[in-house]
Amino acid sequence: MDANPVISTSTSVDSKSSLHKRKNKKLLSSLLFLLPSWILLLIFFIGPILLTFYFAFTNLSLTGSEAQATQFVGFSNFVNMFQDPNFRISVIKTILYLLFSAIIGQQVLGFILALLMKEKNPAFRRVIGIIVIAGWVTPEIVVAFCWVAFLNDSGTLNMILQHMGLKPVAWLFAFPMTSVIIANIWHGTAFSMLVFQAALDDVPKSIEEAAVVDGASRFQVLYRIVLPMIKGSVVTNMILVTLQTLGVFTLIYAMTGGGPGTSTQTLPIFMYNQAFVNYQLGYGTAISLILLLIGVLVSLLYLKSMKVKV
Amino acid sequence: MFFESAIIIASRSYIPFYFSKFEEGVDMKVKSYKKLAAISVIAGSVLFSSACSDANSTSGNKKSGDNNTISITYRDGGGTNKGLTDWLNKDVIPEFKKEHPKANIKLSPISASEGDYFAKVALMLKSGQSAPDIVTEDTFMVNSDASAGYLEPLDDKLKNWDEWSHYIENVKNGVKAQDGKIYGVPFNTDSRGLWYNKELFKKAGLSVPWEPKSWGDILTAARTIKKKSPGVIPMWMNSGKATGEATSMQTFEMLLYGTKDPLYDEEKQKWIVNSQGLLDTYSFIDTIYKEKLGPGLSQVLNGQGGTVAYTQLFPKGKIAIGLDGIWQAGNYRKDGPAPWPDAFKTLGYAAMPTQNGEGPGKTSMSGGWAFSIPKKSDNKDLSWEFIKFISTKENNLKLLLKENNLSPREDVSKEPEYLNLPMFKEASEFLENTHFRPSVDKYPSVSTVIQSTVEDVVTGKLSPKQAVEIYQKNVTRVVGEDKVIER
Repeated sequence: MDANPVISTSTSVDSKSSLHKRKNKKLLSSLLFLLPSWILLLIFFIGPILLTFYFAFTNLSLTGSEAQATQFVGFSNFVNMFQDPNFRISVIKTILYLLFSAIIGQQVLGFILALLMKEKNPAFRRVIGIIVIAGWVTPEIVVAFCWVAFLNDSGTLNMILQHMGLKPVAWLFAFPMTSVIIANIWHGTAFSMLVFQAALDDVPKSIEEAAVVDGASRFQVLYRIVLPMIKGSVVTNMILVTLQTLGVFTLIYAMTGGGPGTSTQTLPIFMYNQAFVNYQLGYGTAISLILLLIGVLVSLLYLKSMKVKV
Repeated sequence: MFFESAIIIASRSYIPFYFSKFEEGVDMKVKSYKKLAAISVIAGSVLFSSACSDANSTSGNKKSGDNNTISITYRDGGGTNKGLTDWLNKDVIPEFKKEHPKANIKLSPISASEGDYFAKVALMLKSGQSAPDIVTEDTFMVNSDASAGYLEPLDDKLKNWDEWSHYIENVKNGVKAQDGKIYGVPFNTDSRGLWYNKELFKKAGLSVPWEPKSWGDILTAARTIKKKSPGVIPMWMNSGKATGEATSMQTFEMLLYGTKDPLYDEEKQKWIVNSQGLLDTYSFIDTIYKEKLGPGLSQVLNGQGGTVAYTQLFPKGKIAIGLDGIWQAGNYRKDGPAPWPDAFKTLGYAAMPTQNGEGPGKTSMSGGWAFSIPKKSDNKDLSWEFIKFISTKENNLKLLLKENNLSPREDVSKEPEYLNLPMFKEASEFLENTHFRPSVDKYPSVSTVIQSTVEDVVTGKLSPKQAVEIYQKNVTRVVGEDKVIER
């Protein structure tokens, strides 16, 4: 936003001020053009966030007498939350879901795919890429239906099992968490793969070759040379994938509804249930704040851990 | 709408912020300024376009605002309220238009699951932009929505409407809110009992007609069926969160109100959060699933479970006993979702016994639906005219013949045409010992606690005793410590 220091020191006083004027004019006009966006952002982005903060401290309700006379209740939503065994369950479920579907599943699988496809025949890359990306471009709700159709009592998987003479399993009830994790991996891996593909393509071949000449094994090249070089992409991807997974609602809700019992009740599902099934909007909002906090903390953690190593 | 988006956006909005923040550290300020600009333009335009499309979609629902147009909101989709829709379209609206030629009556149904319907209605009623002029409310929501200030009290209007005296007193209580005012005109009521398959009973050597005298009799019958007819589901009850209010009312409360401890102490105006009755109710449910007398969990914990049970499994002879409402008989009509001409040669409808046969020996629960006028409706007069018109004896009878529910009017219940409907004689008799849900504005929240604890018992996550503890804890949290007692 400031004048470029290199230009300003090397020019005369006179042209400097005219440059300033021009810069200022440019700045003003840019701001003018940005104004509509910023107003919209303020209304639809910042506004709701501030409202969320406010509502989290009220007993706002969708129906019933509190809907009419909403009161400020201090921290009682948060006190209730931390005493609610369901909340603890949800946090654990969220962490499990995050760990296995985002960090381990999507990240690692995406990386392996990208690595295996590196410098392969372009036709091969394209075919595999399209197949993987098909999962990613499919809307979440469609992914959910596909997987329900596949894992259902009378679904595709059970049909195959029966043909093989095995007993059908009620997958969504016997292994609900595993089912939603696999569905999310299937859905999201392509994103990580694309990010890693781009990052890996940026690693100059000469460096790798030099390392090989120096006697590094393939694993050493990967671990000592390639990974540190794409660290930035790894962290960016980690943050994006984490935040995306943290907010997954549609997939889980459509596949299992958070059930059976509470076995797939991650925080977004818990929040929805409290806000729109139990009609306690204030409580639901408080949960969403915690969700936000977790997202921020985890992202900071990633950033910090990268900086320490650098 | 706004609250909904506030919550959803809050949970997602930090993504672009973080993205930009992360990139910021990477390069010079100029670059980050450009990035910020790019991001805000993109985000802004996305928001702008979504704001536009949202505005379009709501204006589609909105009534035109003129004095002759009223809109009616009710639940449809998946065969729900087929009778009601048919009745509105073919019977009452054309007739009403003869009397009020200028009137324009718009149907704006909501296709949603039962639980979502109430949340959507509450959101609609909140805003004058989206509030319909007439809304069908399940009577258990009337008090809650009235306390929230969403509904218009009808007392003044009812005073001058002599038909109101024909309504059954008990049913009128269902539409009365805590403030003593009436907020809706009921158009149906119901009762619940035990559907059973006579052929399967005979095959298992059980006596028909079946007249269970206690919960024990039900378990005995179910165990016998399990032994004699493997592959048949001995007992079907709604047991999951997904089936919503059906789990609370058709299963939990049908059992609980057969014990000595109801849900709510009307005298002291407090919720009973710990009682033998609660424990016994959870234990009964636990026994059904532990002994595998119930359906598979994946079947019953599904939102469509009840529909599948009554439209597919019962006709195929795959279920022996089902605890449910009289309206299920409507499935088997010629124009119903699962026509079954011999349905009532095969099916019987028995009264639900009390726990050990105490008291009157039988119990039932009743609810029903009512037409209410939202406070934010802008055409209350015509709405009231319409409600009066469709609630006359003839019109109400026409509706109930179509939808297989009980009538809230005494005079309709005496019509031979009505009494000839299959099982209506039995179902009407159940009304003698029926119970209504507590009309307290916290009931809907308590009901969701019931649903989740029942599901946890069914899936074996909680023992009956733990379920009572969780129930006590969660209900206390929802209604407040001063509103609960133990027994």
